[in-house]
Amino acid sequence: MLDLLFAVIARDLKLALRRQADLVSALFFFIIVVSLFPLGVGPEMDMLRKMAPGVLWVAALLATMLTLPRLFGDDYRDGTLEQLVLAPQPLPVTVLGKMAAHWLTSGLPLTLLAPVLGLQFDLSADGLLVLTLALLVGTPSLSAIGAIGAALTLGLRGGGVLVSLLVLPLYIPVLIFGAGAVDAAVSGLGFEAHLSLLGALLAGSLFFAPWATAAALKISLE
Amino acid sequence: MNNRLINWFKFASPATFYPLAGKMIPWFVALSVVFGAAGLYLGMFVAPTDFQQGEGYRIIFIHVPASWMSMFIYLVMAFWAALGLAFNTRLSGMMATALAPTGALMAFLSLWTGALWGKPMWGTWWVWDARLTSELILLFLYIGFIALQSAIDDPRRADKAGAVLALVGVVNIPIIYFSVKWWNTLHQGASVSLTKSPSMAATMLWAMLLVALCFWMYSIAVALGRARNIMLERERHTEWVRQLLAGKES
Repeated sequence: MLDLLFAVIARDLKLALRRQADLVSALFFFIIVVSLFPLGVGPEMDMLRKMAPGVLWVAALLATMLTLPRLFGDDYRDGTLEQLVLAPQPLPVTVLGKMAAHWLTSGLPLTLLAPVLGLQFDLSADGLLVLTLALLVGTPSLSAIGAIGAALTLGLRGGGVLVSLLVLPLYIPVLIFGAGAVDAAVSGLGFEAHLSLLGALLAGSLFFAPWATAAALKISLE
Repeated sequence: MNNRLINWFKFASPATFYPLAGKMIPWFVALSVVFGAAGLYLGMFVAPTDFQQGEGYRIIFIHVPASWMSMFIYLVMAFWAALGLAFNTRLSGMMATALAPTGALMAFLSLWTGALWGKPMWGTWWVWDARLTSELILLFLYIGFIALQSAIDDPRRADKAGAVLALVGVVNIPIIYFSVKWWNTLHQGASVSLTKSPSMAATMLWAMLLVALCFWMYSIAVALGRARNIMLERERHTEWVRQLLAGKES
């Protein structure tokens, strides 16, 4: 099982690294969206500092969502996905591997980049630290929950827009606790509760999402 | 011993359910009209004017039942979805599809009447209160379900994909509700709360319950009607639909 998991992760990573343009464009999307907010609302640092957690988190949600069609789309078009579903190995484990690879290529780079963008918003050192931690715990849930939406909309016309309709409402708890953790840290309150809740969401979504995604994949490939 | 099982599953077939639904709809429509007339009469004419809110509060006789129904219909939809996935019955998916627009309508109605009530009472159309926000998200979930189903051409795949989404949604609804609630208390945002004085005149409660029953009956009638149309559309190549249509034309 672990062999399968690592094999899927290694394969997906290799494929992703051969298409670096995709990775980089999602990251630049994140940077551009975050940089648009000060242009839209004005450069007052007080307001920006207040908005920073929400802006960074919403931008992270959107950037993750943009990369979701890639999760199964290429494998679906060249027929690999069908073979993965037919394979005797348990599909939820394969799916978990794909989620992990997706997070490594989308969520993790966002997390590493976020503190730099947080500096633009004049976040305090505590705030930056908690922001990074929260993104580290929160973005894997985004990949896991998003995979369900990606699997459901596989091969549909207008899949990209549809995936946002399905997935964004389900992202709301992650957004609330993720941004809440940073808010709490900035205003000097305890942020541990938020991080624990993010961890709980992560545990729940890692457990349930592979099954739901596997079921959705089977339906989509019927 | 087997008879009971057969009786239950008999109506899982569209061919037998179609006429049954046709017979049931007039009853539910009649009940809905009776309950609605009684509830609105009680609510609009009998119930006393509220001490603080004046006559404007009477919109809650629509607002509260609509909110109840919007949540309840999502549960029923998820129930049919689970049944459809478990037993692979055609009718369950049709029922879930037929319920979704009514549920979305109820959620919208609840938000709309809430806004109309909020303007004179709170002085604003919208506050980021936990209940308002989660009702809005419920509407988003309904819209996602409808959008997913309408994007898929193959009805069987649409049913199953919708079923998975409805089940994922129903697991998430409590999580979303509580996260929004905690978010709201943490931000100390809305200074007004929906919790009104606990003592409610008995006539008000009765009126609300009667309107809720009216909405319930209305939802059943409309969902059955919509399910009948879906059945005809999807089963148009079958013998029973052909016979039915031929019988109607002659």
